Amino acid sequence: MSDEKKPQERVGVYVCHCGTNIAGVVNVAEVSEWAGREMAKEGVVVARDYKFMCSSLGQELIQKDIKEHGLTRVVVAACSPHLHEKTFRTACNGGGLNPYLCELVSIREQVSWVHTDKSAATEKAKAIVAGGVRRVVHHEPLEPLHVPIHPATLVVGGGIAGIQAALEIAEAGYPVYLVEREPTIGGHMAQFDKTFPTLDCSACILTPKMVDAGNHPNITLLTYSEVEKVDGYVGNFVVTIRKRARSVNEELCTGCGICWEKCPKKVIDDKFEAGLGYRKAVYVPFPQAVPKYPVIDRENCTYYQKGTCKACEKFCPTGAIDFAQEDQVMTVEVGNILLATGWQLFDARKIPNYGYGRLANVFTSLEFERLSNAAGPTGGNIVLRDGKTVPKSVAIVHCVGSRDKNYNNYCSAICCMQSLKFAHLVKEKTGATVYNFYIDIRTPGKGYDEFYQRLIEEGTLFVRGKVAEITDAARNPGEEGKLIVQVEDTLVGKQRRIPVDMVILSAGLEPQPDAKEVAKKFGISCSADGFYIERHPKLDPVATMTEGIYLAGCVQGPKDIPSSVAQGAAAAARIVGKIQQKEIALEPVRATVNQEQCSGCRICNNLCPFNAILFHEDRMVSEVNPALCQGCGTCVAACPAGAISGTGFSNEQILSQIEGLLMLNLSSKEAAAA
Amino acid sequence: MSEETKSFEPTIIGFTCNWCSYRAADMAGTARMKYAPNVRLIRLMCSGRLDPTFVFKAFANGADGVLVSGCHPGDCHYINQNYKMLRRFHLMKRVLAQMGIEPERIKLLWASAAEGAIFAEEVNKFVEQVRALGPLNWHPGNGAASTVHTPMSAEEVPA
Ligand SMILES: Cc1cc2nc3c(=O)[nH]c(=O)nc-3n(C[C@H](O)[C@H](O)[C@H](O)COP(=O)(O)OP(=O)(O)OC[C@H]3O[C@@H](n4cnc5c(N)ncnc54)[C@H](O)[C@@H]3O)c2cc1C
Ligand code: SF4
Ligand code: SF4
Repeated sequence: MSDEKKPQERVGVYVCHCGTNIAGVVNVAEVSEWAGREMAKEGVVVARDYKFMCSSLGQELIQKDIKEHGLTRVVVAACSPHLHEKTFRTACNGGGLNPYLCELVSIREQVSWVHTDKSAATEKAKAIVAGGVRRVVHHEPLEPLHVPIHPATLVVGGGIAGIQAALEIAEAGYPVYLVEREPTIGGHMAQFDKTFPTLDCSACILTPKMVDAGNHPNITLLTYSEVEKVDGYVGNFVVTIRKRARSVNEELCTGCGICWEKCPKKVIDDKFEAGLGYRKAVYVPFPQAVPKYPVIDRENCTYYQKGTCKACEKFCPTGAIDFAQEDQVMTVEVGNILLATGWQLFDARKIPNYGYGRLANVFTSLEFERLSNAAGPTGGNIVLRDGKTVPKSVAIVHCVGSRDKNYNNYCSAICCMQSLKFAHLVKEKTGATVYNFYIDIRTPGKGYDEFYQRLIEEGTLFVRGKVAEITDAARNPGEEGKLIVQVEDTLVGKQRRIPVDMVILSAGLEPQPDAKEVAKKFGISCSADGFYIERHPKLDPVATMTEGIYLAGCVQGPKDIPSSVAQGAAAAARIVGKIQQKEIALEPVRATVNQEQCSGCRICNNLCPFNAILFHEDRMVSEVNPALCQGCGTCVAACPAGAISGTGFSNEQILSQIEGLLMLNLSSKEAAAA
Repeated sequence: MSEETKSFEPTIIGFTCNWCSYRAADMAGTARMKYAPNVRLIRLMCSGRLDPTFVFKAFANGADGVLVSGCHPGDCHYINQNYKMLRRFHLMKRVLAQMGIEPERIKLLWASAAEGAIFAEEVNKFVEQVRALGPLNWHPGNGAASTVHTPMSAEEVPA
């Protein structure tokens, strides 16, 4: 057992109080005294407790001890390594000790914050410290691996967040591939009429940015395209992109529009027009689309379906229609990736009592944006489903599918403001009576509450209560032919039935339907609700846990346009900073094969998902490529010859930590047995 | 059940992966959820790193139960290494049974970084499950392990 081995390492143990966060539950003085006394034979030469180890004074304490006591190893018992591992490694480095000779063990997240029994918590903290001490003596000094960073960036999703980021990176002088799966960039913002709270026209502020992105010499626009595969690692990703066949030759097309004028096939546009309007089988989603080239929707094109037509080809003045065009699969090399794939609207059909899809004059918020938009199917006239009747009364229902434990628990963040915007537009354009049905009004943005106050002054009616039902079954006089909103008005404390001509459901924002698969493709994690998880919820909302992969916009959580733009710009700044460093230091946590011990069984070869293990046929041994290895350690655990060792997570380190964790327990059990 | 087992506090070693289950534990902490203090965690980079030796070692050194946790199937940070651990896990359970260790002393838990509540709840359940089994005392000198050779100390295991 380990006690036979004379420990030559000189270990310093530091137990943090974290104010009262730890010290309120764990007797920190007892833990440090115990470590100094009982762990002395394990190599502990100093053990201290201190109020805030992460403060500069705490760090200096370690550095001073390294010099004065000749420490060769450091154990800090404090918060989670995910918070401060780097801090203490850097402190050790500053004190002249290799940063990897420091181990941070968690007695806050794992002890003081989750336990209430003070003596049990103190005992557990001792065990954790013992595990750390036993482990740290087996640490080796490590040097980070340096790999070059490819200067190009992949931006996935051409909504406002992706466009902003692409432009910022391109402006800084670096190449960007902007991949968008629709035929045009622009995202949801392109569908909107006005934007809250200033009510500037959405197209007026968005389209110039779209054009800039389309024309920028550093941006390669890949629309109607999707990422198929991502290989490699930070600094050196190799991305396979499928550019779907548009059936239009982009070199020849001038975007004149004759093809879609002549195309005889009308198709309901359930994407851009939210089902309210039509497009042709060959189409651009909207006139200001970037790029300007149309696509032929092969599923609806008469020629593809029936073999005859080709009207577009006949009329195209440049001969750009190419029915035989095939998908193009290309690979690009990039150093960093930004995901800005946005959101989809909550499907209001899931709440049958609101009648969407059954009651004609119940609209979703996206439908309303198109109704109100001057470029939309009604030319901006707010009318009922019959296409002509102007509503005299309109109900706007907040929180549809949000803040509701049957659907989504979270607040979609934008729906209150969007509902207020709608109320204003309805009033302005039709003079109708407008009711807002809300649970709480949430307007925490710049100029947002002022907008709410303005709406109250404009005479919009606010009813506080969650709508129970929307029905066309009239019960009272005056309800015939109307939609009746049944609600408990919680301010009055009464059930109310309010008849209206039109209902707008402010449905929430949800992750894209394929968010989980996309996350898997890029090797990042989704939260339970499907939004992607940022590296730190407060301090790092743009990075992910996977080096080199960043987030911006609603893909990370519901947010408005200003926040999406800010996050896009922030991610871009981070990426540009990384590119400028030219190389990146990777954690040296890697597997290595001891070639003397390898029997050539090749068991490990297929275990590695990163294809990091190659086999030398000539010498019949395996070898790990350290640049590809991500350090999961699966091969280490599987090698029957014990030939693979994991740097930073060796068998000795883990087995010794187990011994340490159980040290107290074993002695007490033995004592009890004796 | 004897008096002794009633007051028995089991010791459990929990293996967590760096990306999901360790973060689930972090999350339980940040949210101040309370759970039994019987579990002591070890952070591996991935559940795929779990060498069966670690489990035997934990039992041999006095653990009464072992918790193995990782990312949900399909969510592994290293793509699919948790499946590889899963294969080993089932094998390990059988080997443990052959060594006379009740399979209920080892538990598999998938927990995402967002599932602090599940982590806390499952730890509590497992502590009760092991408490009901009583102490294991499967360590050298106790006889139970004398017929099997398991690596008892770090030094014996080739790196
Ligand atoms: C009805 C309504 C009205 C709103 N009005 C306002 C307003 O007035 N003011 C305001 O500030 N906010 C408003 N918002 C919020 C606003 O819509 C969002 O803040 C904004 O759209 C977020 O932009 P984004 O780039 O993150 O996502 P999106 O606009 O959703 O863009 C994402 C893009 O990524 C593409 N994409 C998705 N998956 C992939 C993939 N796998 N590969 C390639 N491309 C992909 C999509 O096709 C899309 O083009 C409103 C929201 C709603 C529902
Ligand atoms: S599993 Fe081990 S012995 Fe087999 S090829 Fe891989 S390194 Fe060599
Ligand atoms: S540690 Fe994981 S990533 Fe590295 S070579 Fe082994 S299996 Fe591959």
